[in-house]
Amino acid sequence: MKSDRSGFYGEVEGAGDIKKRLWLLSVCVVVFFAVIVLRLWYLQVIKGAYYRKLSEDNRIRIISIRPPRGIIYDRNGIPLADNTPSYTITFTPEDAKGRPEVIRKLASLLGVTPEDLVDYIKSEKFRNPYQPIRVRENASFAEISEVEAAKDSLPGVSVEVELRRYYPYGDFASHLIGYIGKITPAQHNLAKYADLPPDFLIGQYGLEQAFDKYIRGVPGKRAVEVDAMGHQKKILYTVKPIAGNDLVTTLDFKTQQAAEEGMKGKTGALVAIDPRNGDILAMVSKPSFDPNIFTVGLTSKDWQYLTTDPGKPLDNRALQGQFPPGSTFKLAVALAGLETGKATLDSPVIFCTGVWPFGGRVFHCWDKHGHGRTTLHKAIVQSCDTYFYNLGNILGIDNIAKYANYLGLGMKTGIGLREDSGLIPSTAWKLKYRHCKWYPGETISCAIGQGYVSVTPIQLARMAATITNGGVLYRPQVVSEIRYGAGSVKQFPPDALWKLPVKQANLDIIRDGMYGVVNEPGGTARLAASKRVVVGGKTGTAQVIGLGRGHGLKFKDNAWLVAAAPLYNPKIAVAILMEHAGHGGSACGPLAKQVIEAYLRIDDKSIAERNGFGNLTGTILHRAVMKFDNFTGSRMRAFRSMTGAAKAGMLLDRHNKRPVNKKRVIPVKAGIRGL
Amino acid sequence: MVDRHKRIISNFDVSFLVSVGLLIAIGLTAVYSATYSMSGGTHTLFKKQLLWIIFGLATMAALAFFDYRRLERWGYVLYVMAILLLLATLAVGHSGMGAQRWLHLGPFTFQPSEVAKLFIIVALAKYFAEDGITRGHTLRQLVKPLLLVMLPVGLVVKQPDLGTGLMFLFIFCAVVIVAGIRIKSFLLLFTASAISAPAVWGILWKHLKDYQRKRLTMFLSPERDPSGAGYHIIQSKIAIGSGSIFGKGFLHGTQSQLNFLPERHTDFIFSVISEEWGFIGSITVLAVYLFIVLWGIETAHKAKDRFGALLAVGAVAMIFFHIVINIGMTVGIMPVVGVPLPLVSYGGTSALTTLIALGLLTSVNLRRFKLFY
Repeated sequence: MKSDRSGFYGEVEGAGDIKKRLWLLSVCVVVFFAVIVLRLWYLQVIKGAYYRKLSEDNRIRIISIRPPRGIIYDRNGIPLADNTPSYTITFTPEDAKGRPEVIRKLASLLGVTPEDLVDYIKSEKFRNPYQPIRVRENASFAEISEVEAAKDSLPGVSVEVELRRYYPYGDFASHLIGYIGKITPAQHNLAKYADLPPDFLIGQYGLEQAFDKYIRGVPGKRAVEVDAMGHQKKILYTVKPIAGNDLVTTLDFKTQQAAEEGMKGKTGALVAIDPRNGDILAMVSKPSFDPNIFTVGLTSKDWQYLTTDPGKPLDNRALQGQFPPGSTFKLAVALAGLETGKATLDSPVIFCTGVWPFGGRVFHCWDKHGHGRTTLHKAIVQSCDTYFYNLGNILGIDNIAKYANYLGLGMKTGIGLREDSGLIPSTAWKLKYRHCKWYPGETISCAIGQGYVSVTPIQLARMAATITNGGVLYRPQVVSEIRYGAGSVKQFPPDALWKLPVKQANLDIIRDGMYGVVNEPGGTARLAASKRVVVGGKTGTAQVIGLGRGHGLKFKDNAWLVAAAPLYNPKIAVAILMEHAGHGGSACGPLAKQVIEAYLRIDDKSIAERNGFGNLTGTILHRAVMKFDNFTGSRMRAFRSMTGAAKAGMLLDRHNKRPVNKKRVIPVKAGIRGL
Repeated sequence: MVDRHKRIISNFDVSFLVSVGLLIAIGLTAVYSATYSMSGGTHTLFKKQLLWIIFGLATMAALAFFDYRRLERWGYVLYVMAILLLLATLAVGHSGMGAQRWLHLGPFTFQPSEVAKLFIIVALAKYFAEDGITRGHTLRQLVKPLLLVMLPVGLVVKQPDLGTGLMFLFIFCAVVIVAGIRIKSFLLLFTASAISAPAVWGILWKHLKDYQRKRLTMFLSPERDPSGAGYHIIQSKIAIGSGSIFGKGFLHGTQSQLNFLPERHTDFIFSVISEEWGFIGSITVLAVYLFIVLWGIETAHKAKDRFGALLAVGAVAMIFFHIVINIGMTVGIMPVVGVPLPLVSYGGTSALTTLIALGLLTSVNLRRFKLFY
């Protein structure tokens, strides 16, 4: 900008001094612009990548998408654990930074205190920054409407639709199926869970836990663009989750249902097993829990109950409860006697007087009047203690232990879920763990399933299965197949662990004894008898020692029953334990029969359904089935030719004439009144 | 007459016109983008801005044909008008965002302080052109013009509009430096203000509103309160930085389009440009500005009289300080004071004021040769 002094038009009047000073302004301008350019160079070129990352963090939220968990079916394809859509409210604290009123508002909307909400947010410290936190799962419609309505004052809060685990039958087989829960920090450190997102749901119990890696699926993610309020504007990309694989269990819905109904309100366990392959048909442990509460949001009150209730609802008694087997153990002792030749059908012959003196003590038979002249068959049928005191004494503990172990007692079954082993004592065991020798007197109580002997219900069910199926001991299985996507299936064939090294004739003798227990006069489990199938079994009434003295009824003896049917071609073996229920036959007999009939589909309901009168219920149903059972020849043919409604009418006619007529009259009266 | 106009037009610098056109195009594009997501497809603000720009261009063209020397006579009248306007604003003004800055004029609202800037530039140019001191002013000689400018500064700061108040002072400084100040006086003034600054600052601080204090302190360390006062600066820096070299593309600036950037169509419009057009875009804008400012200084240099030269200096200073303070704020090297970016920020009064200033510059530029008189 040089001066125009020498220009054609000459000097401009009076402004020369000003023009001399203009360079100051120019320098000033150039310097300021240079500073700004340098600053822009720094921000945009040198730190460009850094700020690009910050802007991406600003706008992109990666939301992990929970995969649908594999469905758990019973053997007929009925889903026992399923998924259902539900609303989840999420919150990204970074979007509400420095706005404590958002936390307060969200907390009041969720019905918690702001402090609790802050604690909860802090507890999610393993999440990545800007990763939304699930603050309310399974939100109600009212809650999500409130969130949507207050959207503008709730930055960072949004609503997602997710699949939630859902157990349609509540506490149905809850201990076996298990439950799921958020992965804990400790679990996250384990290699098998390391690659899962921080708030992933994994199986925490039962099949959900044991087969978690098959059924959990692979989480997906969704990248969404959000605005400055943290509200989603559009989806940038989605990585679809991969659904978990479905499990088909060996459970039979109807059998389980019968077992659940029979055990309702009781404390105890029931296991039903297929003697032909070791399939678990039903497994109940009571008291139980509803696994839905773990996915809907466990309240501290629920948790308090589950963990501190003396009934221990979270324990699976069928696998983890170790109980003295009582008289059911006599089957194992009898097998030991027969195999070692210490006992046959005819010898020894014991005369039971109700007491049996040994080593300066007197052992009592449960029947204080005594059983009189007793051989092996009668001893099993009537559960004569005296006979087995004597037999046990002759055998010695190690012989008993050997055959008890053959039958799978006192050892884990290998079912693949958490279980305990129980205990079958032996001299070696006592020396090793109690550091002293075995006293013959101790054998006496062990011979009737007391003393050191303890077993789990599933072991007893398998024992009954093994004795009646010809001596093959199977590893119990709960899952029959895993269904991968695209139709490929992994099946679990039966796993026979060993064939008992015993004579079939001896097994037959014991099986005949089991027949007598249910079907012969004086048998202890007559209530388990069914008119439609041959049931065999063995009762047990185990004293509860060391507990409850002076507590009266609360601590009665534990009642046991093992049973199998059809006895000579067994398809189901059952073990039932009812704690503090008294005598095994009376407490467990009817339930054993119901469970067996339900599995074989010869229970009242199944018969009625098969024969076209399944609409009946209750005592009417029972009477109808009893009548139907008596139909033969022409009456049966006449019945079969009838239509559904007429069938029910024919069955009910004789028993319920009056009530039926009355019912017909009432609507007419009502009609007249109406006029 | 026609002939004279032809000659004037033939003297006119085409590159200047192109630069202004370019700047207006950039500004309208940026306003379109910045208001894109909030307008819901109606582009109301963009259209409003377009109307203001057209009106402003017409005014600028009219001023180009207007002989600036006629203004000299009206200098103090305009000054009194400016003072009256500012008083009126304080009395009946419409407040917005914690300050009373707007006056309703029928359907329009406008900011009298913007117009006041121009009037005071005219008054200052007249004063210094006529005081006849060519060898530098002494302190005593500066008292009168300082009082002249402090009156409107006081009224503007009372609104409160700190940015415009400072702007008056900056313009005054620029005009004084060009009009001449004794080196001794300058040093004395400099030391005196350096010493008295804390006291003045203390008094000023007491009268500042909370948001102003926050803005001023937060510029020093925005990370201290990332959601509050520091939020503006942080988000602006992220927007600018993330634009990187080539930018994210028109309408694809995530900071701008997703509302992370506050005041993005007004004070932070430069961040929008930087984010969407990158370093290339931001230096292009700076280059155009630099050209216009240097062209303005050259106009002062070529002006044929003192009044013209000082008028040009005042107009250039006004535009320049707006640019520096606004961009300095968006890049985080100056405090957040609400100053619009000339011809680019949304805002009718600002656009009109800038175009009037450019019109005055053109008027001076076209009449740089004696021959026409």
